[in-house]
Amino acid sequence: MPGKVISYVLDGLSAIPAEVEVDASSGLPSFTIVGLPDAAVQESRQRVRAAIHNSGYDFPLCRITVNLAPADLRKEGPLFDLPIALSLLIATGQIRSSCQDGLVVLGELSLSGEVKTVRGILPIVRRARGTGYQRFLLPAEGAMEAALVQGASIFPVSTLRQAVDFLRGDLIIPPLEAPDWTAYGQEPVQVSDFAEIRGQETAKRALEVAVAGNHHLIMVGSPGAGKTMLARRVVTVMPPMTFEEALEVSEVYSICGLLSKEKALLTSRPFRAPHHTSSYAGMVGGGSNPAPGELSLAHHGVLFLDEFPEFRRDVLEALRQPLEEGRVQITRAHGTAVFPAQVMMIAAMNPCPCGFRLDPRRECRCGPGEVRRYWNQVSGPIWDRFDIHLQVPPLSLEELTGDGSGEPSVAIAGRVARCRVLEAERYASFGIRTNAQLGGKLLRRFCALDSSEQSFLRQAADRLQLTARSFDRTLKLARTIADLDSQERIRLEHLAEALQYRGAVDWI
Amino acid sequence: MSSSPSSRLSGAPGEEAALRFLLRKGYRLVERNVRSRWGEIDLVCRKGSTLVFVEVKSRRSLSAGHPLEMLTPAKQARLRRATFLYMMRSEHPKASYRIDLVAIILDREGRVQEITHLENAVEGE
Repeated sequence: MPGKVISYVLDGLSAIPAEVEVDASSGLPSFTIVGLPDAAVQESRQRVRAAIHNSGYDFPLCRITVNLAPADLRKEGPLFDLPIALSLLIATGQIRSSCQDGLVVLGELSLSGEVKTVRGILPIVRRARGTGYQRFLLPAEGAMEAALVQGASIFPVSTLRQAVDFLRGDLIIPPLEAPDWTAYGQEPVQVSDFAEIRGQETAKRALEVAVAGNHHLIMVGSPGAGKTMLARRVVTVMPPMTFEEALEVSEVYSICGLLSKEKALLTSRPFRAPHHTSSYAGMVGGGSNPAPGELSLAHHGVLFLDEFPEFRRDVLEALRQPLEEGRVQITRAHGTAVFPAQVMMIAAMNPCPCGFRLDPRRECRCGPGEVRRYWNQVSGPIWDRFDIHLQVPPLSLEELTGDGSGEPSVAIAGRVARCRVLEAERYASFGIRTNAQLGGKLLRRFCALDSSEQSFLRQAADRLQLTARSFDRTLKLARTIADLDSQERIRLEHLAEALQYRGAVDWI
Repeated sequence: MSSSPSSRLSGAPGEEAALRFLLRKGYRLVERNVRSRWGEIDLVCRKGSTLVFVEVKSRRSLSAGHPLEMLTPAKQARLRRATFLYMMRSEHPKASYRIDLVAIILDREGRVQEITHLENAVEGE
């Protein structure tokens, strides 16, 4: 009788159930896996054979055919080891049970028969739970991830023997207790704080506006002006993630195998600062079996790109669409994988190659041609993605790292949170959450100006030669500034401040 | 076949020794030296309900490597074809069967120094 065990295939963030069927028939002994297995699945034969043998079971001398259905879907990774081994033991009568019905099994095997954790447990269990599966036999090492999913019974095992005894009914495994997440978000562990930065009040204000409306921001300033220090502290003033948001981020980390074993949920917003030598796939995601990139690892957090013009041109261009859509879509011949990418992008760059163009105390060594080439490395469309262009003036180290007398992050976070609530309530029925997402009709509706403001902006747009896109972005920024001010209508001073954040290129 | 005259010489006493060894282990002989155009099978035995085809490899010196290493992919393919053909012609083509290897090291006088029996040495594809 063929053995059958349910496992799962991960394709991007979607999970598809896969049946692992094993047939053992007479003939010249062989062990074949069919159903579009990749190299890691093919190698599973050696692991399964050794693990079965070393756990004290018989590896049968007969024709063994493993079928992974659906056969047209590519199967990757070592997560089929445990399902194949169990299915094989069922097929050869070494496990007599129907306990595996409705049970989802995942796990890699070591040669000695230990069950090792695999990537993507959290998204798989979440999707499987969504389609009605309730019971999961999982590697003990990664089981905490699965315990985050409501209503799932998780049975952790650390050896093949335990898994077999569980199916035979000889071993009762108590389902893993779900950790108590009611206290979730009550533990603000912040390593850094805006209070540590004394000067840079303009920059701090701009960052507050940026976070309040979730606007992308670029900082231009000399080396040592504190650009990185400022960017790192942005996550400390962002509102805490909701449980649902935390799950979404943790899913991406689960796929990359980056979740910690004890605390499977990421509770603080991610801050990702990829190096400027990052590849296309490393940044956006990709590979023949698509994996998430830095954009998705920064989901619901901050993506910080230091030395912005040094990034490869094609990498920067590739950011445009995902930033607009809030998700990364990777299309391959055999299908499309989608990863989330709702990030706040903060970029930083020097005003010129040597870095001292804006520093009154140092002399800039760059010729005008060099400066232009440097700036031209950032294309106009990319530049347009930043709502806020911010100049960060150079400060001495004493000015920068003070005695902690600056405004603490908690105070800023409070204002940001109030503003975000305001936005979320206003846009509740429109499918967006922040001012930065405004566009088209919604922009006209919620950023409507009175006549005096209207004519002021028209004049400014003429004088500053704002593009249509730039005009819209100024409006959105003004909306956020008005929201921070708890004002229903956008006023002149809001527009004036917004325009101040739009001119960074002019003084170069 | 690729047998050189010298390996033929060591082959016969090797096969004898292999057969004695298998009989002691409870195997029963069905046939020996089955030749077909697809290759030769040294010994055909039966253990329980399983038909066991045995390839015997013997060597007088280890200078060319251990006899266990002598089962080249080409030789394995020949054995698969030969045994498949044998099963097709047999009365019970659906019976379970396997291919074993018996490796023997002989001294200069042709006395057995060491016997290794490798079950299921050649797997199906």
